[in-house]
Amino acid sequence: MAASEKKRRRNSIAKRESRNRSAYGFLAPYLLLFSIFIIIPIVIAIGLSFTSFNTIQAPTVKGFLNYVNLITQDEIFMQYVLPNTVKYALIVGPGGYILAFLIAWALSQLTSVPRTILAIIFYSPSMTGAVAMAVVWRILFSGDQMGLINNWLMNLGVIDEPIIWLTSATFLLPIMIIVALWSSMGVGFLAMLAGILNADEELYEAAAIDGVKNRFQEMIYITIPTMKPQMLFGAVMAIVNAFQNGAIGVQLSGANPTPGYAGQLIVNHIEDYGFIRYEMGYAAAVSVVLLLIVMVFSKVFGRLLKED
Amino acid sequence: MAGYRGSNINPKKFERGQLKIFLVLLPLAIVMVIPIIYIFCHAFKPMDELFAFPPKIFVSKPTWDNFRNLFKASQSSGIPMSRYVFNSFIVTCSVVLASIIFSTMAAFALSKLKFKGKYLLMEINNAALMFVAVAVQIPRYLVIDTLGMKDNYLAHILPLLAMPVGLFLVKQFIDQVPDALIEAAYIDGAKDFTIYRKLILPLIKPAIATTAILSFQAVWTNIETSNLYINDETMKTLPFYLNTLANANNNVAGQGLQAAAVLIQFLPNLLMFIVLRKSFMNTMANSGIK
Repeated sequence: MAASEKKRRRNSIAKRESRNRSAYGFLAPYLLLFSIFIIIPIVIAIGLSFTSFNTIQAPTVKGFLNYVNLITQDEIFMQYVLPNTVKYALIVGPGGYILAFLIAWALSQLTSVPRTILAIIFYSPSMTGAVAMAVVWRILFSGDQMGLINNWLMNLGVIDEPIIWLTSATFLLPIMIIVALWSSMGVGFLAMLAGILNADEELYEAAAIDGVKNRFQEMIYITIPTMKPQMLFGAVMAIVNAFQNGAIGVQLSGANPTPGYAGQLIVNHIEDYGFIRYEMGYAAAVSVVLLLIVMVFSKVFGRLLKED
Repeated sequence: MAGYRGSNINPKKFERGQLKIFLVLLPLAIVMVIPIIYIFCHAFKPMDELFAFPPKIFVSKPTWDNFRNLFKASQSSGIPMSRYVFNSFIVTCSVVLASIIFSTMAAFALSKLKFKGKYLLMEINNAALMFVAVAVQIPRYLVIDTLGMKDNYLAHILPLLAMPVGLFLVKQFIDQVPDALIEAAYIDGAKDFTIYRKLILPLIKPAIATTAILSFQAVWTNIETSNLYINDETMKTLPFYLNTLANANNNVAGQGLQAAAVLIQFLPNLLMFIVLRKSFMNTMANSGIK
């Protein structure tokens, strides 16, 4: 009796261990690539950020010098890049996110056919791809009277002569924000739409009996609380997208640095130092700061969503 | 009929209350779709319409000239456009196929198998949802250089396969498959791999379609890999070529060419999404971060 029980136990342990091994087998290809292209680059970025490295000579350790310089010496970073990035990210991140949620919610109130058509329209800008997107808007914002936007505004009498939008220090950042908002109905938007549509209908009926009076109350008291997980996913996607498309200023204006640094965001600053000046250590420090900013944004968002 | 009846989500029939929604959404949709319609028409405009003043959104005499010029331009540069198309085809197919296989395998393990470090791995992948790839372009370049992958198709393919969002969505979807089903298969003597192939894969078709869409979108319009990791002109991909051409023809005459290039990048994405949208939405319903 005891012997057979022992044998069975050993069997089950052996079985679990063999399953273990096959689990790692299943994970191996993904984990390998994940390590090589995500984990290791992050580790290298952190490592390089404490050095001075020009890609020709071996890196020399400099401690926190790059970070100190970034905060105290880099006037362009403090004067243009950081304020631009914060302004851009605050409007495009939360703004795009709220817009995505409101549109998803409004779409959920429609019948299936118009909803599908409209959802495809709202989603399609995010499918153009960053570079093609810049081309689209470069054509729309052409600086002569042939540009569609210039032509419209001149017809409406808002402006008297064509504005050279994309090389103008005043207009570049607002245009970048418009373009980014235009393309912000991405995966997060669809996730939220699916989340709303998936809600339990009985909840809504019960709420109507309990005194919910209109669509708006329904949204606040039922829709949002029941789809928090999707909302959190949407929030993370919104923030990541905002930063991922950060190079759009350079693509629109066709120059790095952008005219008068008006559209310079952190991503451009990294490219400027990394690929143009070959100061890899400094560029790495800026990269680390960018990753930290994205993380802080996401955490703050998550906290806000979990609390209320 | 005075009281509010609730349950307006996903209505089956048209009601008057929906008019208000249309009133807000339609103008917004029109504003958002104008750039796309404009570019679409632009791509088919003959030269005189591109130069027409005042500029018009719609095309009156559509022609294929811009697309034809796109092909012609490539012949003069020495490398035929078909070469870029071929490269893009190989790279796109490899990325879509491999990311489906790798992410479903990893998601199956994370969702249904027991092993040490499972929750830690999930936490790491969830944190990686926040990962912004452009931030680590330089270290990535150094890694690819060290591995000797420059000027190799692998440099186009491998970096795009590490896609935390794809793994996350597939894992959430597999979580819905009841454990009892899998237990039953184990009792029948099935091995892990048999369960993955015969049981899980057929059940998660929507998640597979979603991975296909996401990875296709990531690879089809990607120019970073051609820009940074490939020096050999004959190994670069279509979006890189289209973008170079668009930048070289940045004037009114070139706008038709640019618009045609944009369409070639945009339309496959759109068609794929329209075809697979039901599966996509089905997967998205399970996308919550808990």
